[in-house]
Amino acid sequence: MLKQCEGSHAVAEAVALCRPEVICAYPISPQTHIVEGLGEMVKGGELKDCEFINVESEFAAMSVAIGSSAAGARTYTATASQGLLFMAEAVYNASGLGLPIVMTVANRAIGAPINIWNDHTDALSQRDAGWLQIFAENNQEAVDLHIQAFRLAEELSLPVMVCMDGFILTHAYERVDIPSQEQVDAYLPPYEPRQVLDPQAPVSIGAMVGPEAFMEVRYLAHAKQMQALERIPEYAAEFKAVFGRDSGGLCHTYQAEGADTLIVAMGSVLGTIKDVVDEMREAGHKIGVLGITLFRPFPIKQVRDALHRAKRVVVLEKSLAVGLGGIVSTNVRMALSALPIDVYTVVAGLGGRAITKRSLHALFRKAEKDDIDAVSFLDLNHALVDKHLAREKAHRRSGPVAEALLREVGTVAAKIA
Amino acid sequence: MSHQPVKFYQTGTFTVGNRLLAPEERSVQASAKRFNSINSGHRACQGCGEALGARYAIDAAMEASHGQLVCANATGCLEVFSTPYPETSWQLPWIHSLFGNAAAVATGIAAAMKVKSIKAGKGPVPATRVVAQGGDGGTTDIGFGCLSGMFERNDDVLYICYDNGGYMNTGVQRSSATPPAARTATTMAVGPEPGNVFGQGKFVPAIAVAHEIPYVATATVADLRDLEAKVKKAMTIRGARYIHILVPCPLGWGAASHETIKLARLAKETGVFPVFEAEHGEITGSLKIRRKLPVEEYLRPQKRYAHLFGKQPRVEVIARLQALADRNVKKYGLLDGGTL
Amino acid sequence: MDKPFAITLDPGSSLANRTGSWRTYKPVYLDRLPPCNAACPAGENIQGWLYHAESGDYEAAWRALTENNPLPAIMGRVCYHPCEGACNRQHIDAAVGINSVERFLGDEAIKRGWAFPKPEKKSGKRVLVVGAGPSGLSAAYHLARLGHEVEIHEAGPYAGGMMRFGIPQYRLPRDVLNAEVKRILDLGVVLRLDTKVANIRESMQVGKFDAAFLAVGAHIGKRAFIPAGDATKIVDAVSVLRSMEGEEKPMLGRRVVVYGGGNTAIDVARTAKRLGATEAIIVYRRTREKMPAHDFEVEEALQEGVMVKWLSTIKQAGEGEITIEKMALDDKGFPQPTGEFETLAADSVVLALGQDVDLSLLDGVPGLEIKDGTVQVGPNMMTGHAGIFAGGDMVPSERTVTVAVGHGKKAARHIDAWLAGGAYAPAPKHELAGFEKLNPWYYSEAPHTLRPTLDIIRRQSTFEEVQGGLDEGNALFEARRCLSCGNCFECDNCYGVCPDNAVIKLGPGKRFEFNYDYCKGCGVCAAECPCGAIKMVAEDI
Repeated sequence: MLKQCEGSHAVAEAVALCRPEVICAYPISPQTHIVEGLGEMVKGGELKDCEFINVESEFAAMSVAIGSSAAGARTYTATASQGLLFMAEAVYNASGLGLPIVMTVANRAIGAPINIWNDHTDALSQRDAGWLQIFAENNQEAVDLHIQAFRLAEELSLPVMVCMDGFILTHAYERVDIPSQEQVDAYLPPYEPRQVLDPQAPVSIGAMVGPEAFMEVRYLAHAKQMQALERIPEYAAEFKAVFGRDSGGLCHTYQAEGADTLIVAMGSVLGTIKDVVDEMREAGHKIGVLGITLFRPFPIKQVRDALHRAKRVVVLEKSLAVGLGGIVSTNVRMALSALPIDVYTVVAGLGGRAITKRSLHALFRKAEKDDIDAVSFLDLNHALVDKHLAREKAHRRSGPVAEALLREVGTVAAKIA
Repeated sequence: MSHQPVKFYQTGTFTVGNRLLAPEERSVQASAKRFNSINSGHRACQGCGEALGARYAIDAAMEASHGQLVCANATGCLEVFSTPYPETSWQLPWIHSLFGNAAAVATGIAAAMKVKSIKAGKGPVPATRVVAQGGDGGTTDIGFGCLSGMFERNDDVLYICYDNGGYMNTGVQRSSATPPAARTATTMAVGPEPGNVFGQGKFVPAIAVAHEIPYVATATVADLRDLEAKVKKAMTIRGARYIHILVPCPLGWGAASHETIKLARLAKETGVFPVFEAEHGEITGSLKIRRKLPVEEYLRPQKRYAHLFGKQPRVEVIARLQALADRNVKKYGLLDGGTL
Repeated sequence: MDKPFAITLDPGSSLANRTGSWRTYKPVYLDRLPPCNAACPAGENIQGWLYHAESGDYEAAWRALTENNPLPAIMGRVCYHPCEGACNRQHIDAAVGINSVERFLGDEAIKRGWAFPKPEKKSGKRVLVVGAGPSGLSAAYHLARLGHEVEIHEAGPYAGGMMRFGIPQYRLPRDVLNAEVKRILDLGVVLRLDTKVANIRESMQVGKFDAAFLAVGAHIGKRAFIPAGDATKIVDAVSVLRSMEGEEKPMLGRRVVVYGGGNTAIDVARTAKRLGATEAIIVYRRTREKMPAHDFEVEEALQEGVMVKWLSTIKQAGEGEITIEKMALDDKGFPQPTGEFETLAADSVVLALGQDVDLSLLDGVPGLEIKDGTVQVGPNMMTGHAGIFAGGDMVPSERTVTVAVGHGKKAARHIDAWLAGGAYAPAPKHELAGFEKLNPWYYSEAPHTLRPTLDIIRRQSTFEEVQGGLDEGNALFEARRCLSCGNCFECDNCYGVCPDNAVIKLGPGKRFEFNYDYCKGCGVCAAECPCGAIKMVAEDI
C-alpha cells in the first residue's frame, strides 16, 4: 500500500509486519520515532504477541535482545551514535553467540563534540563486530531491507544492522509502498532457531573458549558471514518475486557503462550523487556511480567487478578513519588491489554537513582531472581550521576546539546548511 | 522466619536432611534425586562457596519450577569454572553473555517466554521461569544498571547474587561489596589505613528493597534451609525478585577450604551479614542470631584481616567493624526480641 | 540441535573432568566410639540403640540394647549411668538422659512382652553359673544365646542377688526384677534356687558341666569393733536389706544410726525412714564431697529427712545412745580424730561398711589366686583354674550392678570361645569421639527431660518407686537429644555441603559414599559433619 509517511514510521510498520516477538529500545535520536511507533502498535494491540520493553540503556537494550533471541524470540531493537557505542560490548556478544537480532542504526555522528546529525561513524565503528551491515539508500529500501534482514539473520543465525541515515531518511516524508502482511508472511517464515534456551533440551550457551578453539570459532564467524554474499542475491530475487520490486542486494551500479570515473558511496547521499551524475552525463562526462548496499560482509568481488574498468574511483564517505582517511575507501582499495586505478577518498557530510549538488559537481569535475588529493574533505572550511591550528601553536591553553570554532563561525546553534 | 520451628528432631532443620523428618519437610539438597543443576567436574577451587551456593539456589529454583527454568549468568568465577570449552557443568538451559548484563539478558528471556506462552495459548504467565545470577562484581558494580532496570520494570526474573566480597576471578580485587578493612589486591594491607576503607561500598539488598520489588532476601551458604525456603518463596512470586547470598571464598578470604560454611555461619552469628527478607519495600523478618559472637571470631580465621591481628592488634579497627555489626543487629532485629 | 561450535555445549558434560585428581587429602567415613559406649561397664552400644529409639522403633532399640545387656528395666533404675557422665551433650546443655530412655525401653518390653530370640543352634556344652545375681544372670543370658546349656545354682530363695537383697524396692520394684529374670529363664536357662554350691569342682563333676562361671557376690557385711553394751542393737546393713525381702521386717527402733558412707548406707537409712524411724542418722567420718555414695542418692535421702553427721566416727554404743568423735581432715584429706565427743540417741546402729565375699566354694581348687578376699581373674575372666571363670563382686572391681552385668557378658564370650577351643578376641576399639570431633552447631537446643519424682510425703512412708519413668513422648524427645557421636545418623550434611556433588547418598540405612572421581578434598564435609563421622586423611602422592 502506498503511503506518504515519515521514514521512521515506514520502518516501524515494516518491522511490525515481520511479527517481532520482543522489541526493546532506549531513546536516542534519531531512531526514536521507529521504536515510538512500534511501542504504540504493541500497546494499542495492533502488533500482537510482542513484548515491548523500555530499557535503561542501549547496553541493556542489546542485552535484553540477546536474552530474548537466545530464548527463541524474533527480536528487534534500534539505536544510533553514542547508543551504539554504549552497547558495543553486547553488539560483539550478540554476533559471537550467533543470535539473529535485527537492529536499525539511524546513522549519526559520534561525539565529542556531541552532534545529533547524520554521518556513518557510528555504524562503521562496529564494522568488525561480526554483524551484517546493510545501508539503505531511501526509505523504500529501508522498509524492504528490514524485511530481508530478518530472513537473512535467521537463516545465517547472525545479527543484522540495517543502517539508514539519521534525519535524512528517518525524518523524511516520502512515498513508500508498505507491503501487506500476506506478502511479508509469504516471504518470511517463522523463526526456527539454530540454538535455543529450552528446558526440554538444555544447552549451555556462551562457554569460555580458550586458545585451543578460539581461532576456529572466529573463523566460523567469518565463514558464516561470507555465506551472506551468496544468500543476499537469492533473497533479493525472492523478494522481487513476492513484492514486485528490486531491493537489497550487494551493490548497484548507476550510469556506469563506459565510465572513466566511478563514484562510490553508501546510503542516502547516493540520491544526490545520482542527480549530479545524471547532469554530468548529459554534459558528456563519462561518470557513473557504485552504491554499496552491503558493507559487511564486504562484497569484494562484486565491487571489483563493478569498478575494474574505471580509470579512477572516488569514494565519497560519511566517515573518517582518523589518522588514515577513509573507511569505506580502504575497503574499496582492497577490492581493487593490484589494479591500476586511482582511488580517492573524499570525506563528506560529517556531523550532518550538507552535501550539495554544487559541491559534488565541483568535486567530480576536479576528480576527473585527477586534481584532488588522495584524501580530501568536502567543503572543509580551511580558513577556520588553519586559524585554530595557528592559535594552538601560539597558546598552550588554547581552549576547547568546538567552542572556539563555533565562535569563529559566529553561530551558537548548529545549522544544517 | 524460614527456619521451621520443628518438633524436636535431634538436629531439627539445621542439618541438610535428617532421616527423622517427613519427606516433605526435607530439603531439596537432601534428596537423592536433586537436580545437581551444576554438576561435578566444575573447576571451582576447593571449598568454593559460590559453587555450593549456586547448586543450593538453582536446585531449589528447579524444584520450584518443576525443571522449567532458564538461567542467565554474568561473567565471573561461576561462569568461568562451570563452562570452559568443551565442558559445561550446567544441566539446565544456561546462557552467559557479558559481565554486566545478566539481569537484562534474563529480562529478554522472560519476555520471550511470555510471548511463547501467549502464542501457545497458555496465557501471559509462562511456565518457564528465569533466573539470573552473578557475583558481587557483576551485580553490585558493573551489572548494577541492568539490575536496577530489571527491578524497576518489575520483570519476571529472580536475580541471585553470590557475594564473596570481591573480584575473585580476576585475582581478588575490591568491589563495592568488599567489606571495610578487608585486604584485596587493590586495597592492600599497607599504609596507615590498611585494607579497604571505611565509609565506602554498598549493600545492594537494601537498594533492592528501595526499589519496592515484590521480594528481596539475603541468605548464606551456612543456612541451607533458610536459603531454600527463600528461593522457593521467591519462585512463588511473579515480578522482580532478588536474593543475595553470602558465599565465602577460600582463595580471596585467605581461609582454609574446609571453613567455607563455618565462615558464612560466623558472618551471620556476629551480625556482620544480616539475613533478612523484605516484600514490596518493607522488611518483613530476619533470621535471628542463635549464639551471638564478637566479630573477632569471624575476622580472625581470614587472612584478609590478618593485619588486624598482628603484634599490635588493631583494636580500634576491630571496634569499628564490631560497631557495624551491632548496627546490623539493631537495624535488622537480629537478636531474639528484635523488632523484626 | 545443530549447535554453534564451541560456544554452545551439551549439558553436564563436565563429568569428563575428573577433579578428584586435585586432591591432597581425602575424606573417609568412619565410626568413632561414642563416649557413652566407652564409659558403659556393661559394654552397651548406647548410641546404637538410641539411633533406633530416635525414630520411634522402640523394639529395635530394645533388641539392640539387649544384645549386650538383658536387664534394661533394671539398668534404667539402678545403673549409676557413667554413660551420662561421659555424654558429649553436657558440653551443649545437659547430658542425654540415657538411663531414663533405657528404663522406658525396659518397661516397654515388659509391657509388650517382647522376648529374646531362641538360639539357632545348640553347642552341646553345659555351663554352670553359680549365683543368680546380675553377673550370673548376664552370663547365663549370653551363654544361652550362644547355644550353650546353662544352669544357675543360687544359694538363696530368689534370683536377683544384690539386686534383690541389696537394693530397696523403692529403687527397684520387684515385679520389674522378676520380669527381667523370667525372660532370661525363658531362653531355657535352668535356675536352681536354694542350691548352695559348696564345692565347685564337685558340682561341675556331678552336673557334667564343661565350664563354670562363678558370681556369688559379696554378701557378708563387714564389721567394725565398737565397744557396746548389750542394750544397743548393732546389725549389718546387708542383713537389714536382706530381711526386707522376708516376712519379718527388721526391728530397728525409732532412732536409727547408720555407720558408713556408701550407697548401702544411704539405702539402709532411707529404708529405716520408711520403716517408721523418726530419726535416721548417717554417721560418716569424712565430708559430703568425699562420700562414695552417689550425690543424687544423698540428695534424695536428705529430701526424705535422713540426717548426716559428717566428719564423725562412732566410738562407743551404750544404753540407747552412742558416742561419736568429731574428726578433722588433715593436709592429705584423711580424717583425724579431734578428741571432741558428742552423744546421739540411738535404738540401733546399722553398720554399712562394705561387704566380703564367701569364697568357701573354692576351697581346694588348684591354681586359684585369692587376694584381698577376692578371686583374681585374667583379662578373659578366667580364674587360675582352667574352665572356671568368675565375675561380679567376687573379683576385684567396682561393685555395681552394671559392672557385674558387664563381667557376665565378657565371661560368657570368653567361655564360649574357650569351649570351642579358641580364644575370644574382641573387635578393636574405635577411636573416641570426643566433643572436639563434633560440630555441635547443628544440634537443636533441647534441655534434658526430667523424670517425674514421687512426692516427698509418699517417699517417707512407702516403698513406692521414687523415680518415675518417661512417657513415650518425652522418651522419644530424650532419645533424640543423642548427638550420635562418631556415628553417621544420616543427617545428609555431607551430601548437601559438598561443593562438588562428590557424595553419593546410598539410601535409608545405607549411609553415604564418596565419589573420589570428583572429590577435591576441600574438607567441608568433615568440618560440617555434626557427629564426627568423617575424617580427612592424607593422600599418597
